[in-house]
Amino acid sequence: MLERGIEEKTYVLNLGPQHPSTHGVLRVELEMEGEFITKADPDIGYGHRGHEHMAENRTYPQFLPNMGRVDYLHALAYNQGYCMAVEKLIGLEVPERGEFVRVITAELNRITSHLLWVGAYLLDLGAFTPFLYCFDDRENALDLLDYLTGSRLTYCFYRFGGVPVDIDDDFTEGCRKFIQRLRSRWVDYDNLVTKNVIFIHRTRDVGLITQEQCIRYGLTGPMVRGSGLPFDIRRSEPYSVYPRFDFEIPIGERGDVMDRYLVRLREMEQSLRIIEQALDKIPNGPIMAEKVPKRIKPAAGEVYMAVESARGEFGCYIVSEGNPKPYRIKLRVPSFGNLSILPEIAVDTLVADLVAILGSIDVVVPEIDR
Amino acid sequence: MIVGLIAVIGLVSVNALFLIWMERKVSAHMQLRPGPMEVGWHGAIQTIADALKLMGKELITPRDVDRPVFLLAPIVVFLPVLLSFLVIPFSQTLIIRDMNVGVLLILAFASLTVLAILMAGWASNNKYSVFGSIRSVAQNVAYEIPLLITLMSIIIMVGSFSLADIVNAQSKYWFVLVQPVAFILYITCATAETNRAPFDLPEAESELVAGFHTEYTGMRFALFFLAEYTNMFIVAAIATVFFLGGWQGPFLPGIAWFLLKVYFVIFLIMWFRWTFPRVRFDQLITFAWKILIPLAFANLIITAFIMKL
Repeated sequence: MLERGIEEKTYVLNLGPQHPSTHGVLRVELEMEGEFITKADPDIGYGHRGHEHMAENRTYPQFLPNMGRVDYLHALAYNQGYCMAVEKLIGLEVPERGEFVRVITAELNRITSHLLWVGAYLLDLGAFTPFLYCFDDRENALDLLDYLTGSRLTYCFYRFGGVPVDIDDDFTEGCRKFIQRLRSRWVDYDNLVTKNVIFIHRTRDVGLITQEQCIRYGLTGPMVRGSGLPFDIRRSEPYSVYPRFDFEIPIGERGDVMDRYLVRLREMEQSLRIIEQALDKIPNGPIMAEKVPKRIKPAAGEVYMAVESARGEFGCYIVSEGNPKPYRIKLRVPSFGNLSILPEIAVDTLVADLVAILGSIDVVVPEIDR
Repeated sequence: MIVGLIAVIGLVSVNALFLIWMERKVSAHMQLRPGPMEVGWHGAIQTIADALKLMGKELITPRDVDRPVFLLAPIVVFLPVLLSFLVIPFSQTLIIRDMNVGVLLILAFASLTVLAILMAGWASNNKYSVFGSIRSVAQNVAYEIPLLITLMSIIIMVGSFSLADIVNAQSKYWFVLVQPVAFILYITCATAETNRAPFDLPEAESELVAGFHTEYTGMRFALFFLAEYTNMFIVAAIATVFFLGGWQGPFLPGIAWFLLKVYFVIFLIMWFRWTFPRVRFDQLITFAWKILIPLAFANLIITAFIMKL
């Protein structure tokens, strides 16, 4: 290989599938000229488990646990998207309190996902300490979710028609403590990371994405908001009880890696605000719909429901032929669209930049492979 | 001389074991965790256990490596490090040989490390390793210049290359007080010279997996590790000699003061590592050529000017 590299101008470097900063089993085939990248070609499919095919052989409730395993970092958004799609298909109303519990837990889960991202991203950039700071904070949120749902990562918590467990005073108290704690930590993150000169130099004007590119590639989530487009499913196609809360959609100015980092950081604060309001406003009442059919057998038809996961728009498209098993379930995952822009923005960057860009996309590879 | 060399090998080993333990403890406490706690008091002999484990590991030589160079590299990285110890003045009397070119000797041997890294990376037949070694060469060439020039400004003040003379010249005040800029420049360059974060590009984990020592296992890997920590000791010792008054200090014996200061400087370098993200390669080189070298020259010229007055 080396002899060839000397004679030819470019050579191929395989980044992954076993590489510390490809976050799972992603392989990026790089064509390089010195340390500069002339072509980047992501190769996916190493983590393929056939979730969509599994759906065709399972009843609707049997497929629910799969949802926690597609995107393991924001599993509750997937729970929510799938449950809402099925509820729409069979015409089930979720009681208000159930929706509130869903929103509270989903937002907590979003915070844990973003916290992990901040830590892992700084690890990509070579700073180890912020990783453990983030994990320390994340641990508190995980404990809360563990208390309520019984698991820490691959949740299967929502049911068709509501949630199985109600929140109690301990959980509410814990949430308020967590909100207070995380708010007091923003200063630390600012001092340790955001104001760090090296961090700013590594991220400013790296991996620029224009608004036109965002739309062309169908980017969603913090990727598109980092470029200044305030696109958030929670606001643009409101679902659940989100319209009742007062929150902002943080957007970036330039569309570089730094903006995406800042957007995620500020989104966590907005999630805290949503949780705070939800805890204040939560009505009394049942958490499960009263008439949930024992055997779910929707009429023939199709339905699409989208929710905002931590990475962008997660859409669940179900086609039913009137059987207890779905005819087809298509999962629209945000990471797939988001990763598709990599070949375009990675050209003419250094390897170190590629790592920074890849990290800023926040790919969850199992979600892409499904 | 022979006795000295054996003593040095003993010191190097014990020092590396201590430094690795210290690194783990320092990083742990910066990261809100206790670090190694199980083996010995607060994990004090954890590194010994790890060293034993490394010795028991299989020495893998990948098929397509350049065999002689691949095997030689870990030795080449380690030997010059040992020789540097010959001229370091641990105390008034505890110095193996006080040469009148002591500074030059240390710097010459320190530069040899980069040769070993180049050998290791090139021979490994691994693209990531080659990247690591290429980066290492560029980085070391760039940072050795400001390092030398910074030390020159002290040498001008003392008028001698002997390390003992330099320490003796600081009997009234430490040079860090009159040359603060030089001290900061030196620490920066020294961090880069020893390939420590934020300048750890030759082994940047998130980019190059493990850089130049990706293909090394067992004791061969341990030798690179040992050399890194010993290099850290040497650059810290130079900082102590040049800026912090060497063995001088009240009450305690000279050796105690010397080691205290050395480990303080090492603590600083560790602190950098666990606080900063890694710089990018082009930024690293730009920083050396456009900021550090002009600053070092300015410092040298100003020093020379003041000395002439």
